[in-house]
Amino acid sequence: MFLYNLTIQQPTVINQAFIGNFSGNRTQEIIVARGSTLELLRPDSTTGKIHSVLTHEVFGIIRSIVPFRLTGDSKDYIVIGSDSGKLVILEYNPVKNQFNKLHEETYGKTGCRRIVPGQYLAADPKGRAVMLGAVEKQKLVYILNRDSAAKLTISSPLEAHKAHTVVYHCVGVDVGFENPIFACIEIDYSDADEDPTGEAFLNTEKTLTYYELDLGLNHVVRKWSEVIDARSNYLISIPGGNDGPSGVLVCSENYITWMHQDCESIRIPIPRRPNRMDAHLGEEDERGVIIISNVLLKMKHALFIFVQTEDGDIFKITIDSINEDGYSKIREIKIKYFDTVPAASGMCLLKTGLLFVASETGNHYLYQIENLGDEDEDQPEFSSNDFPQGDIDELDDVTVYFKPRGLVNLTAVDEMESLCPLIDSKIINIGEEDSPQFYTLCGRGARSSFRILRHGLEVSEMAVSELPGNPLAVWTVKTSASNEYDSYIVISFVDATLVLSIGETVEEVTDTGFLSSTPTLDVGQLGDNALIQIYPNGVRHIRSDRRVNEWKAPGNKTIVKAACNQRQVILGLTGGELVYFELDPSGHLNEYQEHKEMASQISCLALGPIPEGRQRSKFMAVGCVDNTIRIFSLDPDSCLQPLAMQAVNSIPESLSIIEMKDFNVDGQNTLYLNMGLQNGILLRTAIDTVTGALSDMRMRFLGSRPVKLFEIKIKDEPALLALSSRPWITYTYQSKTTLIPLSYETLEYGSSFCSEQCPEGIVAITGNTLRILTVEKLGNVFNQSIVPLKYTPRRFILHKPTNTFVIIESEQNTWCPSEKAKFKENQMDTSEDNQEEELPPEQFGLPKAELGKWASCIRVLDATTGETTCEIELDNNEAAFSITTCVFQSQPDETFVVVGTAQDTILSPRNCTAGFIRVYRFTEDNKALELVHRTLIDDIPMALCQFQGRLLVGMGKILRIYDIGKRKMLRKCENKQFPNMILTIHTQGDRIIVGDIQESVTYATYKNRENRIIIFADDTIPRWITCTTMVDYDTVVGGDKFGNFFVDRLPASTSEEVDEDPTGNRLIYEKGYLQGAPHKVTHLCEYHVGESLTSINRTTLVAGGKEVLCYTTILGGIGVFIPFINREDVDFFQNLEMHLRENAPPLCGRDHMAYRSYYIPVKNVIDGNLCEQYNLLPYERKAMIAEELDKTISEVSKKIEDMRVRVAF
Amino acid sequence: MDRLNLNSQLEHLQSKYVGTGHADTNKFEWLQNQHRDSYASYLGHYGLLTYFSVAENESIGRMKFNYLEKMLQPCGPPIKKED
Repeated sequence: MFLYNLTIQQPTVINQAFIGNFSGNRTQEIIVARGSTLELLRPDSTTGKIHSVLTHEVFGIIRSIVPFRLTGDSKDYIVIGSDSGKLVILEYNPVKNQFNKLHEETYGKTGCRRIVPGQYLAADPKGRAVMLGAVEKQKLVYILNRDSAAKLTISSPLEAHKAHTVVYHCVGVDVGFENPIFACIEIDYSDADEDPTGEAFLNTEKTLTYYELDLGLNHVVRKWSEVIDARSNYLISIPGGNDGPSGVLVCSENYITWMHQDCESIRIPIPRRPNRMDAHLGEEDERGVIIISNVLLKMKHALFIFVQTEDGDIFKITIDSINEDGYSKIREIKIKYFDTVPAASGMCLLKTGLLFVASETGNHYLYQIENLGDEDEDQPEFSSNDFPQGDIDELDDVTVYFKPRGLVNLTAVDEMESLCPLIDSKIINIGEEDSPQFYTLCGRGARSSFRILRHGLEVSEMAVSELPGNPLAVWTVKTSASNEYDSYIVISFVDATLVLSIGETVEEVTDTGFLSSTPTLDVGQLGDNALIQIYPNGVRHIRSDRRVNEWKAPGNKTIVKAACNQRQVILGLTGGELVYFELDPSGHLNEYQEHKEMASQISCLALGPIPEGRQRSKFMAVGCVDNTIRIFSLDPDSCLQPLAMQAVNSIPESLSIIEMKDFNVDGQNTLYLNMGLQNGILLRTAIDTVTGALSDMRMRFLGSRPVKLFEIKIKDEPALLALSSRPWITYTYQSKTTLIPLSYETLEYGSSFCSEQCPEGIVAITGNTLRILTVEKLGNVFNQSIVPLKYTPRRFILHKPTNTFVIIESEQNTWCPSEKAKFKENQMDTSEDNQEEELPPEQFGLPKAELGKWASCIRVLDATTGETTCEIELDNNEAAFSITTCVFQSQPDETFVVVGTAQDTILSPRNCTAGFIRVYRFTEDNKALELVHRTLIDDIPMALCQFQGRLLVGMGKILRIYDIGKRKMLRKCENKQFPNMILTIHTQGDRIIVGDIQESVTYATYKNRENRIIIFADDTIPRWITCTTMVDYDTVVGGDKFGNFFVDRLPASTSEEVDEDPTGNRLIYEKGYLQGAPHKVTHLCEYHVGESLTSINRTTLVAGGKEVLCYTTILGGIGVFIPFINREDVDFFQNLEMHLRENAPPLCGRDHMAYRSYYIPVKNVIDGNLCEQYNLLPYERKAMIAEELDKTISEVSKKIEDMRVRVAF
Repeated sequence: MDRLNLNSQLEHLQSKYVGTGHADTNKFEWLQNQHRDSYASYLGHYGLLTYFSVAENESIGRMKFNYLEKMLQPCGPPIKKED
């Protein structure tokens, strides 16, 4: 078994976000890390949208990024700390749209280790050095400079190690042009490790340490160290030199302190949310707030720092300093509540006042800062002058409060969808659509959601207008070649033509020269400022002064098909006759004397675009009903001579010749012939620009209806709209040709549309309406519909008989309804006036409770409408953990919903006071659930599964079979020998496959006669299972917490042997092997995906495609494993992968093979993402690899493309 | 290779790579190193951090801070050494 791994959607999380000028031309860009992907984003300040410019998978974990700019330079470099044990410096090349690796310095072992640097990265603000730190001990400083050729140079590393020291954070201090200084929060554990009494542990001091890089002596010294608050976690560097007071803000729990060498420190408290339930936990339990992200705003006369707490509250810190004797002195530091946004892993502030918030969970946002909150009188501002200052040991605690409220200073302008954390998914085609939908559970806390993903681009509808009848076709046309925007929309009906003018409003015009009493076949703009209308009986050439030249079709014939470009017109008459016209320099349309007779009727025609600086296109394509497509030359010397012929398997419906970027040859465009056939297939071949020969055929199935093709523009590049039972578009995006459906209804006919309001739109007709559409989020593969949820979702199931989803949500450290009510009552008694409304949880989150408090609910959701029809809130700290549907033997007509819950659960060490199995049935109207009964059990039921008309329950180490009774579930059979904790159960026949939290999978069989569950096989590798799927009777696939994917199979002999033993007596007395079950499974495939897998579905993704394994990851990534069918393909891709490992080594310096073998050596899986990087290589490399593989470049890239498009998207 | 050289090589390793064991490593020290290694690894793998943050219902920023705090003394006070 060989599998091919492909990513369908990159992880959507952002774990690092930094702003800089990476292109080097003053445009501000944001570099983000998404797990193992590096992405460059460009916010458009005029439209307020964020566009992705470049995404690149690096096959390694990006742990830290910092933009870096040499003094006096205008371009930022990207410094990356990853798990490769190498420091990598990248440069963005805007011309080629790629990242170039400038330096790769090896310093240590690979992996995310304790003492190997890579976790922390800090740059000197003046661009002279970077510090790369590990969590413990090691810190390296690299000096960066430029050589005589203005190229970036890097020094050998200087060590600043300190043993037994844990580092919390690390920043570069702005000291102007004095020796660079890096500040770290450190803690020394050596004393605590030596003292058994625990006294040293309590006295351990956290310090702020300055490391100075002495540029003269070329070494690093510990310059200054000061004891700070023991709960400090975060540093913010303050501008220095001429721009500010320098130093750092040390953020600790509840306080922010400004510190600098030889200066008095200044402390301000972080204001807290008042009177919330979490503030009433009692003194010891009281949670402090910590700062998790920040962004700096430097204006001419003021310095603002926006800091964000873990709850998402943003505070504005103002530092007021005066310049005294050449250096600045701080007068006061003020802090004021600003707004509350989702907790961020990074914030970036643009010069135009846009704030990009990369959320830890859920969607990322772009906000516009409307004002700086100075006028906000409601919010108290706290100044450092109002609080005592001095030595931290002597200061008393102060607590100040702010008033949380909705957004005032910020307005959201754009949203970037993120599925992270993606907790569970199912891929089902409920709506009987062309491709299945992904139903996913996403998010944490009050920002969680249930999302339905459909393959396709999101379309925004600009206008919909009714027409007097059902039109046949629509075109847009300019009146003059120099016009920027389209002038008319021409709509053809069965017996008439309607012309609309495009302006402020769209209205009918009659004086255009177009013949309105006839249907129209084609409309175009001819020469400089003439128009052409082709109708069945002739051609009207309308000159700019409204003079009309008409050409009439010869007596007994009519025109059936036509095509035109700016200088050429081709007509197809009945009987297969071709008539060709060309515009001469004086603006006359000249008919070519010879007519060409085709052997059969013409079904479609296409003319190529006129290359820049040329008179004509050299080629035209003719499709005939005899299933052929022919290319004819239009060269004056060989006019209408056949050049090439392509036989197809159905009647061609539509043709289009367009020029698109070719990524096989650098910087060149290729002419492509696109053929839409009546059986719904789209073919694309390249036309040789000299000979007209066709090569490199690609095929895609688009839908059940004939494919009609229309040329449009996307991002100023030619693109193609293909209409079948679904509309599709092809365009080039980030060095890739993409073909993707639009999430929109069936369209009949379309055309490009360009007006002032909508520069790149599509005008289309369907039924009797005219629609104007645009597509924006070009990089997205999925179109999402979002249903918000209340608590963190855990699991869900589809209840087939009623076509509803049942979702269980449960959240730790949250008050359940009864305790909330109790609290409210108390509050009412004590202080009537102090009563606060509960804050909206979507923005502020739910109030935090102490450990072991749970809120949970069961939700019923209509699968077709996405509406919640019923929500059952659990009470008394009961939380739901597992759910399944079950048909019991005694009641075969009813599908029950069974939910496993536990009370007062504590996760570590795992404990609960009671577990329950709740059985629900649907009410009469299929909308709500009603409880049948609740059965007490003794552990947390983490897995439930229907099994032979009974219920399998996995709780801790116990697997038990229950049957339904009148008042409770009845215990039938159990096995207590499972390793730790059962997380997943799958069954088929008598076989039960159990996934354990720590010990991989265990195979068991149920012996009916003896009523016994017998464990007979297990795995030799300890895997921390997160999800499994049984793909056949002997095989199980799964994923683990550390991001590994595996396929395990039971040997056929064992499988038979087990099934042939009717009593299971032999199995029971068989001797265990390797301290486990007597038999072991074999490992078929091993692969490191990179992030924890959360679900695996066996499914088909495209109509008519093979079955694949589709997985989701916690960071919001979606991918597939495709089984190979033949050995040749395996050999080919293995060779290709090998060549790519050599020729396209991962960008961050991680060895590709080592990365895919992170925990277990990779086995029988080929990395398709690496193979697809073939298309990004320079031409010579591609040619070299292709030659090694005995193939041409286009054959190789076709094979790579085929692998993806046959089964996935 | 003589015994002396081997010893000095071991010492070099122990000073260079924190957590390298020696003949007198006790269970506690070993376990403490295991814990510290694990926490450092969690901090580096963002996917794992996200996973834990969902389980514990805390922000990722808080999870990072918690793990760093735990690195100081992951398994309680050290056991008394017998002289």
